[in-house]
Amino acid sequence: MAKDERTTEFRLIGTRPNRPDGLDKVTGRARYGADMTLPGMLFAAVVRSPHAHARILKIDASAALALDGVKAVVTRADFPTGLTGEDWNLQENSMAGDVALYDGHAVAAVAATSRLLAEDAAKLIKVDYEVLPHVIDVDDAIRPDAPVVRTGAADHSVPAGSPPNVVKCVDFGHGDIEAGFAAADLVREHTYKTEATHQGYIEPHACVAQLGADGKGEMWVCTQGQWYIRRMCAAVLGIDASGLRVTPSEIGGGFGGKTIIFMEPLALALSRKAGGRPVKLVMSRSDVLRATGPTASASMDVKLGMTKDGKLTAAKVNFRMQGGAFLGASPVGEALSCALACYDIPAVQHDGVEVLANRPKAAAYRAPGSPMAAFAVESLLDEMCHELGLDPLDVRLKNAVHEGVKASYGPTYAKIGLVEVLEATKAHPNLLAKLGPNQGRGIASGFWFNHGGETSVSLAIGEDGTVTVSAGTPDIGGSRASLALMVAETLGIEYEAVRVNIVETGALGVNEPSHGSRATFATGKAAVEAARQAIGEMCRRAAKEWGIEEEAVVWKDGAAMPAGPNAGQFPPMTIAEIGAKMGGNGGPISGHHETNAEGVGASFGAHVVDVEVDPETGRTTILRYLVVQDAGRAIHPAYVEGQYQGGAVQGIGWALNEEYVYGANGRLQNAVFLDYRIPVASDLPMIDTVIVEVPNPGHPYGVRGVGETGITPPLPAIANAVAMATGARIRSLPLSPPKVLAAIKAKGRG
Amino acid sequence: MHYHKPQTFEDAIKIAASARGVTRFLAGGTDVLVQLRAGTVTPDDLIDLKLIPGVHDIVRAADGGWTIGIAVSGAELGRHAGLVTEWPGVVEGMNLVGSTQVQGRATLAGNLCNGSPAADSVPGLVAAGATVTVVGPNGTRRLAVEDIPASPGRTHLQPGEIVSAIHLPPRGLNGGDAYLRFIPRTEMDIAVVGCAISLTLDGDKIATARVALGAVAPKVILVAEAAAILIGTTLDDNALSALQAAATAAAQPITDRRGTVEFRKDVTAVLAARTARIAYTRAKGEAK
Repeated sequence: MAKDERTTEFRLIGTRPNRPDGLDKVTGRARYGADMTLPGMLFAAVVRSPHAHARILKIDASAALALDGVKAVVTRADFPTGLTGEDWNLQENSMAGDVALYDGHAVAAVAATSRLLAEDAAKLIKVDYEVLPHVIDVDDAIRPDAPVVRTGAADHSVPAGSPPNVVKCVDFGHGDIEAGFAAADLVREHTYKTEATHQGYIEPHACVAQLGADGKGEMWVCTQGQWYIRRMCAAVLGIDASGLRVTPSEIGGGFGGKTIIFMEPLALALSRKAGGRPVKLVMSRSDVLRATGPTASASMDVKLGMTKDGKLTAAKVNFRMQGGAFLGASPVGEALSCALACYDIPAVQHDGVEVLANRPKAAAYRAPGSPMAAFAVESLLDEMCHELGLDPLDVRLKNAVHEGVKASYGPTYAKIGLVEVLEATKAHPNLLAKLGPNQGRGIASGFWFNHGGETSVSLAIGEDGTVTVSAGTPDIGGSRASLALMVAETLGIEYEAVRVNIVETGALGVNEPSHGSRATFATGKAAVEAARQAIGEMCRRAAKEWGIEEEAVVWKDGAAMPAGPNAGQFPPMTIAEIGAKMGGNGGPISGHHETNAEGVGASFGAHVVDVEVDPETGRTTILRYLVVQDAGRAIHPAYVEGQYQGGAVQGIGWALNEEYVYGANGRLQNAVFLDYRIPVASDLPMIDTVIVEVPNPGHPYGVRGVGETGITPPLPAIANAVAMATGARIRSLPLSPPKVLAAIKAKGRG
Repeated sequence: MHYHKPQTFEDAIKIAASARGVTRFLAGGTDVLVQLRAGTVTPDDLIDLKLIPGVHDIVRAADGGWTIGIAVSGAELGRHAGLVTEWPGVVEGMNLVGSTQVQGRATLAGNLCNGSPAADSVPGLVAAGATVTVVGPNGTRRLAVEDIPASPGRTHLQPGEIVSAIHLPPRGLNGGDAYLRFIPRTEMDIAVVGCAISLTLDGDKIATARVALGAVAPKVILVAEAAAILIGTTLDDNALSALQAAATAAAQPITDRRGTVEFRKDVTAVLAARTARIAYTRAKGEAK
């Protein structure tokens, strides 16, 4: 294997072998959610509310049930009552109760012997609605006279007398905020808005579910987290978590949106009602856009104080976010925590509220909350740099956080790499490219915490010395490759000798999903520990055979060997030899590790984008794009670069054209990819990447996690570039051509 | 649903005449099959026209123009040297429809009969002065392309009528055409505004002109006032400004998820001028 661009002292880490799942994916052998077929399987279709807010008066399924081949219809009446908190939210979002809360909210589901029959039957299910007033926009929803989405949804944090749709309040900060602003030479304050966007994963949600009257069942499902799905489905259906065995399929993208349940309980409920026959449920793209997790929309006030040489003295942020009709779905807390995390500011104050609206329940989307927050803060920072005639990159360096600084959100930073990132950015040739007419350059920083979480990994030595790793985190970004590299590095064997399987819920203890950029960090850390445990056992086997003390054996280059001349003269015993003998020499050898992984290392990034804006149409073209980010250590640099590029591309879509467009009737107007405009390949230049490596001391190989930080700087970077190109500062996203052209024309009139 | 494979247009007409429910004709199928899968249209009778002899052919007509079969795909059009040379605006409009895969199936006739005001190939055909042969239970007639669309999703074809061929007039000397559309992305999108212009020159002066706009009215429109402004000019700045004003005045767009009235009117003016410049350059025989 080529060791091009080798950056470390390691044998394998930092190399770029083919991904183990690559061949299956390019040949079509990989099995995704919709690829499973079982004997006797039924097909499901879902009836969804066409109204943004409506009381369900009556559901009549008699005509559907009269069709030959229709085996079951379920409504909310088929689910247990009495759930509370997030369990109730999940149940209510899976299937409406008395009231449909958004356009696309499921109200009934049917299972039949073919997909076409199920779809025909769904059309025959008659639902009588009483349409209720609805509210969509976050600022409209917070008004005291707004239509009430749900009464009694607020938690204890909301003061009495708050507007009815306010369900959560958050505030925190430190330092003397008034003194901070008083010390500033320039204080500026503006309001920013971002519209909801969808994760846009290519694979729609799909599952095949089977559940018997005994509460025992199985599910094959496209998910980021089989244990989360199991627990959530069990709660919603009132069965034991261990009664359900969940196997994750291959996954065609998730970005956070596949960490929770949507239609899975419907498939299980249909199966239970149809006598335990397996039920396949595959969402259409429209279902995905209407009824699965988009991100929140946000309205945000930011106030910054800066000295004339560019030092930030105080910052105040006040965010309002809606995440649909359910408490806790918006990432307002994360948004506040990320907002000022890049900067060392003496006084910071954060306030935020979560507001209900008649929209789908928001799900996590890549660094939840951080991109919107960055849009607001980094846009204002850029404006102030220009007003004071300061270089925006130098100002970011001047205020950059580093080890030992108290973070805006509370803790004190351990070893982090923002300064190194900004210095690498400053040195990049893209900053020397000359800009032409109608072109602009935008710079922004971004942050994500990264995450550890519940993790359980097993590893087994095969009879031929090859190794199987059982991991519980679905591979959404190349984690099988990175796990194989780390395990092979630790064991001193070849990358190809390690197979990583993503296993079902019966095979390991509880694993959190592949979320929070945790898979390579947390599963990797546990896999390395499991490998070390197996090494210990293999050394014991060798010691036993050689008749020497266990401590006198060391592991090196894939073999046990005497620690030194005093230990005795024995030839190295390879992992293959140990594997071949283990059956008669103490039995199987495995390693296992479980942890609530600590030692998480935060990741910072900086993006630089050059754009050209057509002054006559307002259309923005991305000319150049640079991502610089601290990976801690890039285990497999190609997949780290892929994450950087993917984050940038999703951010470009969010910044330029993606948005949920609602009609006056509260219906989503663009629930197809034709009108929900994610970037296409020809919209993009090659995204340049620089991997900065400031190793995380909390991981055996220095990993931080790289999945999410990359989507945090693009929104403001592009807005800053468009502002430079046009002279018009736009404080709401997306920067769609009509909006940009209107801003250019307004500037001309002004 | 009944699927039919007639071998002649006569048979196709007979099948259509005896069909009682929802009838759809299948050429490329890039609209019909999508509508079928989305559940928006479920035909009772699906009549596939692809097997009728001649529908895949592009033929030089006796008058020097072209006759294009109704099952000729966008990809085939784009590879036809004669059409690309003589009617680059028609070809580039068709080639903007969908993806590479869709180009292998999508047809001019289908794009026209789908009735979308945003159809990318239709403004180019209208500007070119293209006509279609329509066959039906009451005989055969010849219609101008601009007389086919009626409103979004509807055409002036009578029940049972089928477009059986598309005819482009002779290009003649010193002619050029062009089509531009505005989309927020670079491909795989629906025109927010489309504009096609075809013109001929007498020396540096424009002798004849036709201007068509897409996505700014309930159907693709031919804007005679805009064309009249161009005739006799050398496409100087005054002519371009007047063209922009006339095109904008003719545009009657709506605000929807793809654009606002104001934006569509602004972009109509922009595209009119840009399209005219390209058509003029092509008419002069200069590469573009």
